[in-house]
Amino acid sequence: MKKLLIALVTLVPSLAMAASGHNVHLESANVDLHDTASLERGLDLFQNYCSGCHSTQYQRYERVATDLNISVDDMRNKYIFTGSKIGELMENSIPAADAAKWFGAAPPDLTLVARVRGADWVYSYLKGFYADESRPFGVNNTVFPLVGMPHVLQGLQGLPVKQEDGTLVATGGSMTAEEYDQAMRDLTGFLVYSGDPVKLEREALGWWVLGFLFIFFIIAYFLKKEYWKDVH
Amino acid sequence: MVKNIIDWIDARIPMTATYNRHVGQYPTPKNFNFWYFFGSLALLVLVNQLLTGIWLTMNYVPTAEGAFASVEYIMRDVEYGWLLRYMHSTGASAFFVVIYLHMFRGLLYGSYQKPRELLWLFGMLIFLVLMAEAFMGYLLPWGQMSYWGAQVIISLFGAIPVIGDDLTLWIRGDYVISGATLNRFFALHVIALPLVLVVLVFLHLIALHEVGSNNPDGVEIKKNKDENGWPVDAIPFHPYYTVKDIMGVAGFLIVFCYVLFFMPEGGGYFLEKPNFEAANPMKTPEHIAPVWYFTPFYAILRAIPDKLLGVVGMGLSIAVLFILPWLDRCKVKSIRYRSVIHKINIAQFSVSFIVLGYLGVVPATPELTIVARIFTLTYFGFFVALWVYSKNEKTKPEPTRVTH
Amino acid sequence: MSNAPVDTGRRRFLTAATAVVGGAGAVAVAVPFIKSWNPSAKAKAAGAPVEVNISKVEPGQLIRVEWRGKPVWVVRRTEAVLNGLASLDGQLRDPASEEMQQPEYAQNAARSIKPEFFIAVGICTHLGCSPTYLPDSFGEQVEGVPSGFFCPCHGSKFDMAGRVFQGVPAPLNLVVPPHQYVDDNTVLIGVDTGAV
Repeated sequence: MKKLLIALVTLVPSLAMAASGHNVHLESANVDLHDTASLERGLDLFQNYCSGCHSTQYQRYERVATDLNISVDDMRNKYIFTGSKIGELMENSIPAADAAKWFGAAPPDLTLVARVRGADWVYSYLKGFYADESRPFGVNNTVFPLVGMPHVLQGLQGLPVKQEDGTLVATGGSMTAEEYDQAMRDLTGFLVYSGDPVKLEREALGWWVLGFLFIFFIIAYFLKKEYWKDVH
Repeated sequence: MVKNIIDWIDARIPMTATYNRHVGQYPTPKNFNFWYFFGSLALLVLVNQLLTGIWLTMNYVPTAEGAFASVEYIMRDVEYGWLLRYMHSTGASAFFVVIYLHMFRGLLYGSYQKPRELLWLFGMLIFLVLMAEAFMGYLLPWGQMSYWGAQVIISLFGAIPVIGDDLTLWIRGDYVISGATLNRFFALHVIALPLVLVVLVFLHLIALHEVGSNNPDGVEIKKNKDENGWPVDAIPFHPYYTVKDIMGVAGFLIVFCYVLFFMPEGGGYFLEKPNFEAANPMKTPEHIAPVWYFTPFYAILRAIPDKLLGVVGMGLSIAVLFILPWLDRCKVKSIRYRSVIHKINIAQFSVSFIVLGYLGVVPATPELTIVARIFTLTYFGFFVALWVYSKNEKTKPEPTRVTH
Repeated sequence: MSNAPVDTGRRRFLTAATAVVGGAGAVAVAVPFIKSWNPSAKAKAAGAPVEVNISKVEPGQLIRVEWRGKPVWVVRRTEAVLNGLASLDGQLRDPASEEMQQPEYAQNAARSIKPEFFIAVGICTHLGCSPTYLPDSFGEQVEGVPSGFFCPCHGSKFDMAGRVFQGVPAPLNLVVPPHQYVDDNTVLIGVDTGAV
């Protein structure tokens, strides 16, 4: 009986824990998909700092250009580095086998990373690098322990050092802490967009559908009522 | 003109007679309540699954190399592909919501009792085939959950003594889940099982219309007929229940479309997060949970600390539903006129089912395993208790006519 | 059942309203199913306009490029060939290109923007085979005409402007695809901005 009680008492918190998955504290990414300027800055960061190793291979340049209000010429000149045509998939050029040799594992495709991990995780991960001499690339990550990639944004953020209270303090980057936060929000926003590019269109259509169904329901309700006057 | 065509057809096949028998003059009890919407809704969802399924096969690539990318291709490159895909994935969960409520209705009002045993059995077969259909369909996106979920479920067959290992090998057609498995699951999912499903639904309806619908009072409307042979408590299905079901469909679609357009992942329960990552045979996700509609049975599997007995327990938890018409020995059908103990028993069964479903979703811990064991016992306890008390149950007097 | 009088007008109105609104809903549901058959983003990307560099094409030479999975020919015609076109008018089905088998800007004697370069979809208008270019030996098909296109499947014949000869199965002239010159040496096949 005692065991049962303990079991029942632990049931509720453990359910809540299961929902969040980890005990690591995640910062809210607070992404706004309507802010295409932010998403474009995110695309810019992604193409310049991430796309060397990570692809977004299920997405096409042209689609991104259309959705983010980027002109075809801007897309070609500013964001396509691989010589791909605008209608092609955003693949990257390093062969997976070479990448696996350099990093121990092939860098994963990131089209859907925000759907797998969640926006907050991505944001916290990007802000979670800190100096750790024991790691091959000299950095570790608070939300992804023993991470196998270097801190490619070190030039922007500087190298964060873990303080005694667990917070990370970065110095020597070209951005202030606030600027870096905003940049990471932009980048996260782009990845959230990338994972589910149809989201805004879907929700806009959803309101029309619900509105239509509501009207249809009302008519159907009165029709039913009218016929069921017969039934006593 | 129209009449001539109808006469011409009727002289050759019984079109009008069939329509009248099953719709136009099908005597339907007039006291159906909320619970009676789910039969027609199940049919609606079936049609949705068939149509969107056919359309998805037009762009889906059933190979280990191409499957995951082809789903993203459908989601991004095909015009309205995302809508068709979400209709199908949301429809799968909706199917089980509707079917579970439909089955619960049968439980409440004793719709499985004589003379509707065969109707119940066809329904149970539909449920079984639907689970197989859903399981095989879930492998097709070839995400991490698809892969590892299938790995776990197929491995269950390995628990069968002597032939287990050979059987799992045969099901997979490879030493691990691979393109060979994907291919055969695809074939079964898009052709074989849907055909079986449609035939079973047909038989389910034939059986229903042969014996007539039960109702919330559980009294046979056929016992009271007027001078024309029409049951006095019945109304023709059309127009009364067609208009009522249209209203039900509209109400259902509001909920369905809300999920479809605003939360197609269903909070991670309809489309699980790890399934947005392509299958990787080298890396298991941290926590593998089957899709929500399997979790009550999965929780029973996990609760039993023995591989073979766990599989047997899970199998029994489904199999026992088949013999429900013979476990319940009470002559009164509806919960309205049955004993308090029966009401309590159904309530505890519902709670057990929901708690088990919840437990199957979350990772197992020692405490939760104990909880799962308790509710496994109460789940089976429902059937045992029912068999015992239903023989000499103290029931209330049934009305002679339906209450409305 | 009751014998109370039924308001048939109201009943008919509600039935009609449900049918109309429900029917509109059914039509709307059909839209995604129908639209999903349109060319996908992938197909459109693969069918995007093709840029061709024509600076290296020799007089009399034909080069083939693929556009939307079809062979498109770029032929550089000599002065002699161009001068000979008009003399064939009597032997052709549609010498003045009245059938719209070409964009308006190619509805001229040479069926092209620049007379020197003939650009056409290399598919016979009969049953879809690709005709053979006979730069020197077309005289065997039509006496006195040195060069032209001959379809090996059913023997249709076209002159050096893709115009079909009389007495062959093909009903129409070869199709000239939409195209435009980006600069003197580059032509973009598959798109035109209207004015050339």
